[in-house]
Order: sequence, then structure tokens, then C-alpha cells
Amino acid sequence: MLKFKTLILICWFLLLSSPVLADVVEHRLENGLTVLVLPDPRAPVVTNQIWYDVGSRHEHSGITGISHMLEHMMFRGSEAYPPGEFTRIIARLGGNQNAFTGQDFTAYYQVLGSAHWETAMAMEAERMRALRLTEEQFQPERDVVVEERRLTRDDRPTALLHEQFMAAAFLNSPYGHGVIGWMTDIENYALEDVQAWYDAWYAPNNAVIVVAGDVDPTEVIAAAQRHYGPIPARPLPEVKPRTEVPQRGERRVVLRVPAELPHLVMGWKTPSLATLREDAGDLSDAYALMVAAGVLASGQASRLDRELVRGQELALSASAGYSGFSRLQTLFTLSATPSSETKLENLEQALLDMVHRLCDEPVTEEELRRVQAQVIASEVFRRDSLNAQGFELGMLETIGLGWRVGEEYAKRVRAVTAEDVQRVALTYLIPDTRTVAILDPLPMSETNGSASPNRQGSQHEPSDH
Amino acid sequence: MNHLTTNPALHSSVGLHALALLLLLGLLCGPTPPARAADFETWTTSNGLRVLFAPAPTLPMLDIRLVFDAGSARDGDHGGLARMTNLALAFGTSDLDADTVAERFESVGAQFSASAARDMAIVRLRTLTEPDWMEVALATFVSLLADPAFPEDDLARARRQALQALQRDRQEPGAMASREFYRLAYGDHPYAVHPLGTEQSVPTLEGPLVRVFFQRHYTAQNAVLALTGDLSMNAAQALSQRIGAALPQGERPAALPSPEIPSEPIMKHIPFPSEQAHIVMGGPLLRLDDPDRFPLSVANHVFGGGGFTSRLFQDVRTERGLAYSVSSHIQPMAAEGPFLITMQTGVHQAADALTVLRDALAAFISEGVTEEELAASKDNIIGRFPLGLASNSDIAATLGMIGFYDLAPDYLTTYTDHVARVTREDAGDALARRLAMDRMVTVVVGGPAGILDALQDEHPDDRSGTPFVER
Repeated sequence: MLKFKTLILICWFLLLSSPVLADVVEHRLENGLTVLVLPDPRAPVVTNQIWYDVGSRHEHSGITGISHMLEHMMFRGSEAYPPGEFTRIIARLGGNQNAFTGQDFTAYYQVLGSAHWETAMAMEAERMRALRLTEEQFQPERDVVVEERRLTRDDRPTALLHEQFMAAAFLNSPYGHGVIGWMTDIENYALEDVQAWYDAWYAPNNAVIVVAGDVDPTEVIAAAQRHYGPIPARPLPEVKPRTEVPQRGERRVVLRVPAELPHLVMGWKTPSLATLREDAGDLSDAYALMVAAGVLASGQASRLDRELVRGQELALSASAGYSGFSRLQTLFTLSATPSSETKLENLEQALLDMVHRLCDEPVTEEELRRVQAQVIASEVFRRDSLNAQGFELGMLETIGLGWRVGEEYAKRVRAVTAEDVQRVALTYLIPDTRTVAILDPLPMSETNGSASPNRQGSQHEPSDH
Repeated sequence: MNHLTTNPALHSSVGLHALALLLLLGLLCGPTPPARAADFETWTTSNGLRVLFAPAPTLPMLDIRLVFDAGSARDGDHGGLARMTNLALAFGTSDLDADTVAERFESVGAQFSASAARDMAIVRLRTLTEPDWMEVALATFVSLLADPAFPEDDLARARRQALQALQRDRQEPGAMASREFYRLAYGDHPYAVHPLGTEQSVPTLEGPLVRVFFQRHYTAQNAVLALTGDLSMNAAQALSQRIGAALPQGERPAALPSPEIPSEPIMKHIPFPSEQAHIVMGGPLLRLDDPDRFPLSVANHVFGGGGFTSRLFQDVRTERGLAYSVSSHIQPMAAEGPFLITMQTGVHQAADALTVLRDALAAFISEGVTEEELAASKDNIIGRFPLGLASNSDIAATLGMIGFYDLAPDYLTTYTDHVARVTREDAGDALARRLAMDRMVTVVVGGPAGILDALQDEHPDDRSGTPFVER
């Protein structure tokens, strides 16, 4: 009976969703810029976004984090707008703006009243073409990034652990370094490095723009033509493959820094949707891995919460993740903080047992149904946010999957069977491709008052004021 | 300028949920946007539960936000009790254990959560409005309110976890700085204690205490219900009646007292093995019904609340590169909520950075804001007003706030008028009366002992005329 009900719901869901999704309008300018428009008239609000296909995966040793540094410099003035002017104009219009950098992309966005989106678009087009990079603006901004790294990495034991974990898991792939880059690289960026990065990657044929909200697609495309159309396409640098060296045996890394709580991360090499497609592989593997992660850790009824956090109380918290929406080979991860009575090795074994169970026995119908219900609901819930919808379109397009993959998502997850989950667990979650990282806390008191020994950079600051 | 790592270990499990993280990080940068004028209905159920309902028929979903005056300000002598009670709702009823509760919500895609801060205890449900699925979610939600069991073994686990959360806070200099700031700035006031409680109080939070706290505070009279979603007026009324009926009528607790504003400057440095010093400066300032609210909030937007364009951002970050994050914030609350400046900077330059902060604050208090700055801020606050009610989540949160703080029914329609009316003189006058350098509480966590000695030796308080004292 329950199965029948689920079936009805799925039909209902498809009816509900199809007209909304069909509304995306796609257009490509002659210079290669991709334009995506999602009309949504619920509120007089628009999000204007631009996504560049450049992120930490494009970087090599010595300039790690340069995509992120450039992202900061994009707020430091262009030919037509002196430093701060762009920001002041958006603020006067009642807008919000920000930007973010990931492994696979750099994105900028403004959210503002629907009367003003073209102003934002015009300014984005201007700084794609005519950013002005000066030493005077560069020096303090590099110091800001130094502080950002201290704040988000160096003083956060679990963030440092994740960084070390990725560095151990990937020898050759650019995913081995973090988006913000190593401290020594940040401290030694030169203005020319940033200029070269901008010249290489900030071209219309390497960008996707997304405009979502209370807009008319015809007007958006005409405006895109006006503002971005005159910017010529440029040849883009060749990206060497740097395909990750096959892993043939477990890797372990231990991080000893002052901390109160131990922590554990483990991960296995897995394909992403993009690498599966490239290798003409079975895309359903990626969706099955998403379901596997959901069975383990999506919600409080999932296995990790129910059995390790509540049941045996081995963990204070535990999570699982799989980033199938990435450009290169990726990881399926488990991470956990032990409860006060638990030895780290026991927690590690308990997590491994969870993985063995995925391999040894099919997940239950009940578990599948729960994960699928969450997917159906989240498809509706995420439409509540204009920005989230725009981000999804931009991200999928930028990583080369195409925005339509978002349309398939719920259907593909619903098609995953218990056998699929078992198959991918047996295929990918194997000892030889596993990496384990352990945070072994040093007492806080003994090191109190001195700089932590995990410091990445030198004691010298790049500049003073 | 936000920075996003796409570390897979941080992604949640169901694929595109990664986007939720992305969104979250993207939006964390700015101040909380104010609300747009929304059409909402309000009524009171037969046993006294106040309801605010905004229909939102576009998406087949419903947001329920039930807010109780049961935050940690009501902890009394048992720090952490309000949060523990709120958290323990999910532990089930006499018929349903915690696993079954989670299974029921998640098998229909519903999201249940509870949280408690200083003023509010909030219980939330987000569900699809497909009738069968919604009914499972609503029935479970109502049973948790009507018949929570607070099982002792779950409570024992929650106490152990709360103690570990306290321990985790001790490895976060930012968390330590915030906790110490509230302790020093609020003295004997209920806002002084962190909602998590303390190492001493948490072990005492046993079943009987939790039950009594629940019975006393989780009542219809002491709650506000905000509903937003695809629901008819009739359905909303029936639903509110059903939720109200799950609660005893009860009564409202007495209003919170006003905190005593520190009579002298307080400065405290806590050495910590970190790369950065975390600085928190400020003091108790503003109630939500305070007549100075709009002048002070608009002025603060100029100073440090307005994101990239604010003075602090310009002085500290853009010009000097001293910090990644620096801002000031006014948090109006039921009793006087804080004015807060927060920043983090490398320990070697902490004294310089603190001097820059103090100079900026002293100038702000004594000189106020310029006409030009004020106009730009008002434009921004008024212009972004519609953005704040563009989603159902925003609407539900805003209605919950209006109801909880008993703001005027026309709060949303008059908000921008209040902002537009603020003059430079109003702002300057309010600042001069309400903020003083020689009453600021400053907490710095990070770096070795002595990094601020130079600052203290040179009598930096020419600004206020009173030397800072170490407490």
C-alpha cells in the first residue's frame, strides 16, 4: 500500500514540476557567452549571476588559491568604476552582492529589485573586460586573504584536517590543494600573477550568466547582447589533464594541533557525474553513490545518526558525503567526532562496519523510500530560494554537465535500486583507494600563548601599514 | 568575496544539497535583510495562541514556526535548561521513540527542527502540502507538543553531548570571545549566560527539571504561531486550532528586567594558541520597542552594519587589510540586546587593529554620520526591503519575529517610513545619548599574554577620558 502511495506522489510531483522547469531559456551569444534565464514572478526580485569556468582545479603548485585572490580583486575597481564604486552603486540600489570560489568555478552575484538588474549586468560586463589591477589595491587585499586563511583554516582544527586529508588523498589531481591555497603561496602572489590569471580566464567564452526572477527572457537576452556582445572571445589556455595517479593502497595522515576534540575523516576515490560521462560510464553509479550517502547520513533517521550517534553513542556527530557534481574524480567521505567515551580506533571500525554493511546486504525498501521522499521534497523546497535555483543552473552549466541535468536529478535518484547501492559500494568503497585522516589533539594548555605549530606560512607578513 | 571550499566531506549527502551549502555560504556575508510588506492575517485561537498567517500558494509547501518565550533568558538557576528542553522535544512521546519520530518526518520528506537562543525557543516544521504526507508530518509535530516523554536515557545522552559541545567551544577563540563578552557585559542579567549553559549546570538538567520547564513555558499564551504556505484561510485556522489545542493555556512569564550598563570600561585579553586574535567590543544597548531603534540602526548601517560599504569595512579591511571579517551589529531584543563589533586579525597586529577600531568607534559616537552616508544607508535599507520577503522561509521568520515581540500590526508597511524619517541630527543625538567609549566592554581572545600591553600602557583612552581597567 505504501508503495502505491509513493507512486501516486511521484506522478503528482512530475505534474507539479514540469511546467516550472521548462521555463529556463537558454541562449548563446556569438562570442560564446552562455545566457540562462529563469523567469519567476513570485516577488519583484532578481538575481544576476556570472559564473567563470576557473577555480582551484586550474591552478598549479606555487600559485594555489590565485582564482580566489582574483575574485577578491574583482571588487577593487575597473576602467569605468573606481575602487568601491561598483559596490556603492549596488548598495544605493538596495542590492546585495557577493562572490565565491570553488574547485571548479568562480561566481559573482547581485540580488536586487527587479527594476535594477540591467545595471548590475552592465557592471559585471565592464569588469569582465576592463578590470584595473594596481599595486596599491593589491597589497591590502592580499593581507585580507592572509587573514581569511587564518580565520577559516589555520585556527580551525577540523578545517585543517580536511585540508590535510585532501592533500593526502590526491597526489596529482589539483583537488589536492584547497580553494584558498597554501599560506606560502598567498604570501608570495605578485600583481602579475593575478593579472595573468584574469587575462587567461575572464573571457565571455569561458562564462555563463544566469538571470533569475521577475524578468522577461527576451529583454535579458537583448541586454546580454548589448553589454557582453561587444567583448570578443579569446583563446583559452590548454588545461593539461593531471589525471590522478591510481591509488594502490590505503593512505593515513595524522594532524597534531592544539584542540579539544579528536576528529576523523575517511574517503574513497569515486567518479563524478562529469567523469562518468567523459568515460562513457554508467551515470547511474553517481546517483547510486548519492543514495548510499543518503542512507548513511541524510537526516536523523539515517544509519549514522540512529546507530552511531544515538544507538551506541560512539559519535558526537557523524556525516557522509559524496560530491558527484564536480569536474574531476572525487571522493565519497565519512567523518565523525567521537563521543567522550569512545576511542578513535573504535569509531573508525564502526564507520568501516557501516561501509561493509552497504557491501554485504542490500539497503531496505524503507531506507530507499525515505531518501527518495527527501529528494522529492527538497526539489520543491529549494524553489523557495531564487538564488539557490540560479546557483544550480550556473554550477551545472559551468562544470560542463549542462543545466538540464538538474531536471533529471529527482528522476535519476528515484530510479536507484537497492542492488545499485550495493554494486557501487562493492565497486568503489574498497580498502586500496581509502584515505584516512585523524586529528590527534595536543593539549590546549601546554601550548597556550604561543603560535600554533601547524602554521603554514612564515612568521613574516607580506607587508605592513 | 566570500570564499567557498567545495570539500566533499562538507557536502551533505543528497547531491544537489550541496547547493544549499553554497547558498548558505553565499548569503552569510551580508546583514540580515529586513522584511517587505507582506499581506498576513492574524488571529488568536480559543485557548489564546496568537497566529500570523501569510498565504503563499505558488509552491506546494508549508512552513510552520512556533515561537515560545522560553529561551535561555528563562533558564533561572539552571543554565542550558531552555535549550535542553527544546532539543528534547525530538526525543519522542509516550508512544513514539526518537528513531520513530525521525523516521516519520523523513519518510514524508518533512524537516523538523528546534532551537533556542536567549529570547526565543523555536520549533519548526517544513512539509509538502500533499495531503497524505502533510498529515503524517502534522500529526507527528502535534504529538511532540502535546505529549513529549523526555526519556531519561535520551536526556542523559543529550547532557553528555552538551558537555562536549562546551568543550568544542573551548577550541574556538571566536566562541570563547563571544561567551566572555556576554558574561562581562551583562553581569547578573539572564542574557549573561550562554544558551548551552556551563560545565556545572549541564549535569543537573535531568527529567524533572525539563518537565517542569516544559509545562510552565510551552503554553498557548506564551507562544506565537507563524504559518506560511499553500494553505487556505480555513485550513490555516483549523491547523492553528489543532496546534493550539495541543498546548495548555498557561500564562506569560514576567517581562525581563533591563541589564545594568557597565559603569566603566572593561577590557580582557585571554591568551590562546591561535594565529588570530578575535576581538569583540560593545555592550547592552537596545530593546525592540525602543524609540531610538531606527536612528541607531540606520546609523549602525553606516558604521559597520552595511557590509562592503560600511566605515569599518573600509577602514579595517579595504584600506589596511587587517581583517577578513569586520562588522558591527545591533541586536534589538526583548530586554536590551547588544551593540557588538566583531573582528579577527593576526595576533602580531592585534593592538594596531584594536586602535583602529577604537578610533573609528570614538569618531562615530562623537561625530555621528554625514548626510551623504545617511542617505546612502537609507537607500540601501529601503531598497532591499522587498528582498527580505522574497521566500517563504523569510516570510515565516519575519512573522514569527513580529508576533513574538508584539510589534505593531502595521510594522511591515511602516518600516520604510521609519527609516526614511531618520535625520542626521536624530542619529547623532541617539548615538551621543546611548553609546559611550568609557562604557565599552572589550574581549580579545588569541595570541600570547602581553600582546595588548603596549596599548594599555599608553593610556589609549584619551578618547573617553577614563583609562581601561583589566578585570
